[in-house]
Amino acid sequence: MILKPLFFYLFSLLTIGSALMVIASRNPVHSVLFLILAFFNSAGLFILLGAEFLAMILVVVYVGAVAVLFLFVVMMLDVDFVELRQGFLQYLPVGALVGIILLAELIAVLGGTLLAPDLAGSGAAPIPPVDQMSNIAAIGALLYTKYVYFFQAAGMVLLVAMIGAIVLTLRHKEGVKRQDVSAQVARSPETAVEVVKVETGEGI
Amino acid sequence: MDGFISTYLIPGLIMAGKSVLLLATLLTLIAYLLYADRKVWAAVQMRRGPNVVGPWGLLQSFADFLKFIFKEPIIPSAADKTVFLLAPLASTVLALAAWAVIPVNEGWAVADINVGVLYVFAISSLEVYGVIMGGWASNSKYPFLGALRSAAQMVSYEVSVGFVIITVLLVVGSLNFTDIVLAQTEGLGTMLIPGMPNSFLDWHWLVLFPMFVIFFISALAETNRPPFDLPEAESELVAGFMVEYASTPYLLFMLGEYVAITLMCALTTLLFLGGWLPPVDIAPFNWVPGVVWFVLKVCFVFFMFAMVKAIVPRYRYDQLMRLGWKVFLPLSLAAVAIVAFILQLTGWGGVPVAG
Repeated sequence: MILKPLFFYLFSLLTIGSALMVIASRNPVHSVLFLILAFFNSAGLFILLGAEFLAMILVVVYVGAVAVLFLFVVMMLDVDFVELRQGFLQYLPVGALVGIILLAELIAVLGGTLLAPDLAGSGAAPIPPVDQMSNIAAIGALLYTKYVYFFQAAGMVLLVAMIGAIVLTLRHKEGVKRQDVSAQVARSPETAVEVVKVETGEGI
Repeated sequence: MDGFISTYLIPGLIMAGKSVLLLATLLTLIAYLLYADRKVWAAVQMRRGPNVVGPWGLLQSFADFLKFIFKEPIIPSAADKTVFLLAPLASTVLALAAWAVIPVNEGWAVADINVGVLYVFAISSLEVYGVIMGGWASNSKYPFLGALRSAAQMVSYEVSVGFVIITVLLVVGSLNFTDIVLAQTEGLGTMLIPGMPNSFLDWHWLVLFPMFVIFFISALAETNRPPFDLPEAESELVAGFMVEYASTPYLLFMLGEYVAITLMCALTTLLFLGGWLPPVDIAPFNWVPGVVWFVLKVCFVFFMFAMVKAIVPRYRYDQLMRLGWKVFLPLSLAAVAIVAFILQLTGWGGVPVAG
């Protein structure tokens, strides 16, 4: 099994490299493209873990939908870098705080598994072996039975957020001609055409 | 060393051989599908179509290919060079990559993976990047407008394609393409008429007929085919996101587009038209190898694509969006709920019961 570590290092190096390029590249569109590369390689890592369903969902949702919208917004934005650089340092405390919290959490997780190696296998529902049950079935059996209320609640939160965003941004413009298909279809010669007998030299 | 050869080298070579065979067949098929597309279009308009290069114009596609190869690639001076060249490559490579999981006969797939449907869906949702990158990197107004239109259009219709696929998956109970085709050996025909052999009545197109129609139309929109070819509407945007492209990069864009179209035809065949199954499972029909039926069905779906292109006038952009979001999305969403409800109530289909 020499190939597995080889692919692991390939995917993880590419993930880390492209994640670095996301913050390092000067052009925001290039940043988003590197972000997409990072997503793609993390999907590769998921496949190495045997989580093929998660890998595909990552590509469909993040790369196929979220990153497209990112790219959309970034392409439309007129980014002024000189203005952006001014006051760049004032965000430093917030950024540092988030970074430190993340680092602490990572150390807690990794340190925990290092101190007690049996901790990793003691999750509420360990991953079943791939040859016994495909992991789509495993996720479905767990998500739609044990965690069904949380799953539904998460769906409701997303729905409310979506409706909220639509309500906040919806504007009904006055004076815009809109197509009314049923009105178009319901037209008949009687309602649409008026036949006028015009006298010669008179006009209507 | 012996272990290395038998575990990695030989399977690797077999895999590479299969891929090359599939690609060569696919690209030759596409050359003739392109020719067929133009011939069908010409026949509808009572023209002759390509008839000069080779007998009956059969070599036209290859002549076009050579012409594109030998032209000079032009890169606009204001373009973002890397992204500009990356875009056509991405669009072709992604479209070809999706073919890895398509089985053309029982067991005849380069990779028959468990999540085949999701893989194709994921890869085809990436095809939008070729268009966006091309449109943005050209640094010009028409390509940019074309790219924006295309991105919105492809993202919109992906939603209904996804829901239609979900209804099929509910009926089958698996995400594997081979399972999906084999699930169509039993169906409406064998259920209603006792003693009836497996036939075209069993395929999903009949049980899920509204979904079949929605899938076909969404596939047209997803691949930017007329009547939904607004990203390259020549009357408004010259050639949309391809305006600044010439020579081989342009060829790659066109190739990617046609590979994506054939992929959608293959997907329709697998999901709704029984894949490699013969139309009726009796003597003269089941002597023919399955791959022949598969190719015939793909060609049939492609013929329908070509006829739509020839007959239907182009949609307006707001009509396109209305169709996607206000008609197809509610319909397919309702269909998912209804199909799931019926399956749960009757116990039909292959949905595994949680135990």
